[in-house]
Amino acid sequence: MDVAIVGVGLHPFGRFPGVSAIEMGAIAIRRALADAGVEWRDIQFAFGGSFEVDNPDAVVALLGLTGIPFTDVYNGCATAASALMLTANTIRLGNHELGIAVGMDKHLPGAFTADPRNYACPSWYGELGHFITTKFFGMKINKYMRDHGISHATLARVAAKGYRNGALNPNAFRRKPIPEEEILASRMLNYPLTQYMFCAPDEGAAAVVLCRAEHARRYSQRPIYLRATTVRTRRLGAFEVHSPWLPIEETCGATVDASRAAYEMAGIGPEDVDVIQLQDTDAGAEIIHLAENGFCADGDQEKLVADGALEIGGRLPVNTDGGLLANGEPIGASGLRQIHEVVLQLRGQAGDRQVPGSPKVGYTQLYGAPGTAGVSILSV
Amino acid sequence: MSQRVPIAEGIFTWPSEDPRLIGSRCGACQIITFPTQDSCPRCASTEMREQLLERRGRLWAWTTQHFPPPSPPYAGPTGEAFVPYGIGYVELPGEVKVEARLTEADPERLTEGMEMELVVVPFRTDDKGNEIVTFAFRPVD
Repeated sequence: MDVAIVGVGLHPFGRFPGVSAIEMGAIAIRRALADAGVEWRDIQFAFGGSFEVDNPDAVVALLGLTGIPFTDVYNGCATAASALMLTANTIRLGNHELGIAVGMDKHLPGAFTADPRNYACPSWYGELGHFITTKFFGMKINKYMRDHGISHATLARVAAKGYRNGALNPNAFRRKPIPEEEILASRMLNYPLTQYMFCAPDEGAAAVVLCRAEHARRYSQRPIYLRATTVRTRRLGAFEVHSPWLPIEETCGATVDASRAAYEMAGIGPEDVDVIQLQDTDAGAEIIHLAENGFCADGDQEKLVADGALEIGGRLPVNTDGGLLANGEPIGASGLRQIHEVVLQLRGQAGDRQVPGSPKVGYTQLYGAPGTAGVSILSV
Repeated sequence: MSQRVPIAEGIFTWPSEDPRLIGSRCGACQIITFPTQDSCPRCASTEMREQLLERRGRLWAWTTQHFPPPSPPYAGPTGEAFVPYGIGYVELPGEVKVEARLTEADPERLTEGMEMELVVVPFRTDDKGNEIVTFAFRPVD
């Protein structure tokens, strides 16, 4: 059974003192409901994702205690992809016809952390300082740059594009363009990645209303069809976050597996995609993910970036709303922010950052600790 | 009297003139892990046996850490006392890639593929005055 997206809503991303994550979630839900032209009482079930909020379902206190099944999910940086997949699958199973996926979070500034033992890592791994995601991203892009000929200038160009696109997005956290020289000269955090090449944990919420595809026109003049949603975890031999060791044997990462499965499910190839959202935890991740999701060969990014191919008017528009670099990462909401942007682009409602030429197929990818990826493919 | 105490028991031989990392080898599929674990991540066998690892290998991937990681779990020096360090995976030939601190933090002096050897280095001083030591890898001249 096909599934359609008939409503999207967003609480802006950034820092909002005095506003709780649950309140942001309620605002995102109300906006998604209004977009779909439905009321909260019409919603038959929900999935809610968050890292900081134990029970995102508590949002019903602000919307209406209608008694619906509301299931909370957490799956690292792929939390929102999981909430979306489960919402879509519940409709595909025929259990319900109209549901909502919501994500919300409110993080303190600074790198994420946790108890390493909860990630099957020993305590000493954390005591030594190894239990931090940023150095993984530094290592991965440092190796990739050497192996595939990517320059420091390309990292800076990708980050500058993110902030430039963010400046066009009224919901973004960082709305000021930053020149490439300033990005390169900012504080080194994990070589070769400087401060302005990393996204920041922040706050925000997003919601998406889904229904059975054959009912889509009841709710929306421009329904967007969810052609595939996949979630994959790492296999042995993949180079992943929080690994005290790796085997000698090597294999591709969780993103590659999730991406291939999504293309197969959708019957769509990377050459058909018109607008792309990639997990840009850092500028290097966007570069690597472009290849891992099949949009180019390893190393081609150097020329693609120099030629402006990833810009809004380019051949492969990536992170048109500024991505994680400009929006930050409220974990539970981040992937639904990607869906929100792709839906606006496919409807032709993205305003100053609209991709020209009526894009018809959109793609989103999430990646995070401890090696979990989610991919969605959408089309008009 | 202060002592040199390893950051954890059972991850490297200590005290030792010639310290070795302690890994485990699966009796069924022969994969090697570091540190030891009770079950195999490839074939799920529980026939894991301790194995001392090679002391030398090659740098497979690396970066530098220029800010103190969040505490907890990080227990090392912070603030003025923090000194940036290198970190990377060292591939021990035919065995395993181990993630470790590097004694070198200058990107100009680190290259993928360079030969590295195991050393035990000071990490921090605990509240009893003991020097907590950890394993690390240093470039072989």
